[in-house]
Amino acid sequence: MIKKILDIFYNFGKYFIFLKRVVSKPEKAKPYFSQIIKEFDKIGLNSIGIVLIVSIFMGAVITLQTAINFINPIVPRTLIGYGARDMMILEFSSTMVSLILSGKVGSNIASELGTMRITQQIDALEIMGVNSAGYLVLPKIIATLVFFPILYVLSVIIGIFGGWLVAYFFDAVNVSVFTAGLKMSFIPFYITYSFIKILIFGFIICTLSAFQGYYVEGGSVEVGKASTRAVVYSSIFILMFNVILTQLLLT
Amino acid sequence: MVEVKDIFKRFDDKEVLKGISAVFVPGKINCTIGKSGSGKTVLLKTIVGLENPTKGSVFYDDREFTGSKTKFKKEIRREIGMVFQGGALFDSMTVLENTIFPLDMFTEMKTEEKIERAVVSLKRVGLENVEQKYPSELSGGMQKRAAIARAIVNNPKYLFCDEPNSGLDPITAGKIDELIKDIVEEFKMTTIINTHDMNSVFDIADKIIFIHNGYKFWEGGRDEIINADNEELQIFMKPFLSFKHKN
Repeated sequence: MIKKILDIFYNFGKYFIFLKRVVSKPEKAKPYFSQIIKEFDKIGLNSIGIVLIVSIFMGAVITLQTAINFINPIVPRTLIGYGARDMMILEFSSTMVSLILSGKVGSNIASELGTMRITQQIDALEIMGVNSAGYLVLPKIIATLVFFPILYVLSVIIGIFGGWLVAYFFDAVNVSVFTAGLKMSFIPFYITYSFIKILIFGFIICTLSAFQGYYVEGGSVEVGKASTRAVVYSSIFILMFNVILTQLLLT
Repeated sequence: MVEVKDIFKRFDDKEVLKGISAVFVPGKINCTIGKSGSGKTVLLKTIVGLENPTKGSVFYDDREFTGSKTKFKKEIRREIGMVFQGGALFDSMTVLENTIFPLDMFTEMKTEEKIERAVVSLKRVGLENVEQKYPSELSGGMQKRAAIARAIVNNPKYLFCDEPNSGLDPITAGKIDELIKDIVEEFKMTTIINTHDMNSVFDIADKIIFIHNGYKFWEGGRDEIINADNEELQIFMKPFLSFKHKN
């Protein structure tokens, strides 16, 4: 038990030392810049598809569920559009998309770095005098911080569009009522709040997954385990920070 | 000259290196030999700084490497080329990109200059027309050659090779030995090779260090090893010598 607690503190400290290495000054800017471009593709562009697919269906189902369950005549039907919009903006497109991306991006980062570790590619970088943590992880963090807000915006737009499609094609809610709901009582700070959340979640996914992959010891089995740990820890920390940030920013 | 003084290395409760001291001959090929698990890879990793010794020091031309600041270590590491057991080529890069990488990171050369130098380096190791291929598209021997090309592209002063022949057929292994020997003669790099391939040792080693159970058991030249008065070394060499005798 005591050993486990000590291990938590040890890994906590190791994580911050790792972060310090990641953000230390690059040896040369140009190779880092090339890496950032590659990471835009791997982390950002390659995630657009899954975010769009999940968002459109979630937007549609949120609208349907709200329409089906708001049957009390006292409740105005405009709340369907209003609810769908705020659910997408506040929780789905930031928290749920982050959880989905922790599975896709997080496991990818952990397995990539883990494989590089066990095949001695990271050692090769170190021998050359390259700060391997910085060279491999900093571009991923930058790509994540740039692309996650873009994915968030796309998710909100497509999710609401999914809801609108439900209104258009099914008779659960009238299109004009749904659209009127979308325009109701909009609070711009919700967007700021969600941007803050998605940036923090992106940082958590990227750094925790990189940390798991970077320190893999052993063989391919350990890479698989690191990849799983990356997803589990990222998800737990996302959910935990979701509560903390909501309490800090919205209450 | 590379020198190690009284190197100890412990992992948890297991002492892997037990007070190894040695001087590696400058500009020549120094082979560390020993059974699997004897500690030679840990010694090599300690020399290049991938492992920190529990006790002891490593010197590069009288410059203390262990315990020095990261910046100083990086400077020395830029004088090092290393060939890993599995090649350790970056699989997301082509052979040319792999070879150019050290130049990209640490020189101010123009792109054309870098490409030219990388191509020369690849030609030097006998690799042509594979520049745009990825490591996964190469055979084991070609990967080793590409790794050597990457290691020498920056004209290092010190070359380290960890089991450069492992996983290769005897003919390819012989060619890799020959290549390393030629390169070392040409560039006068202080070279340390970890191996348990006695063919390599007899073909290319200028100095041999035998490690057993974490201790340095014997050191000497290629001509002295056959008659070395060391029981463990004779046991280690026995399979090779009896094979040679039969043939």
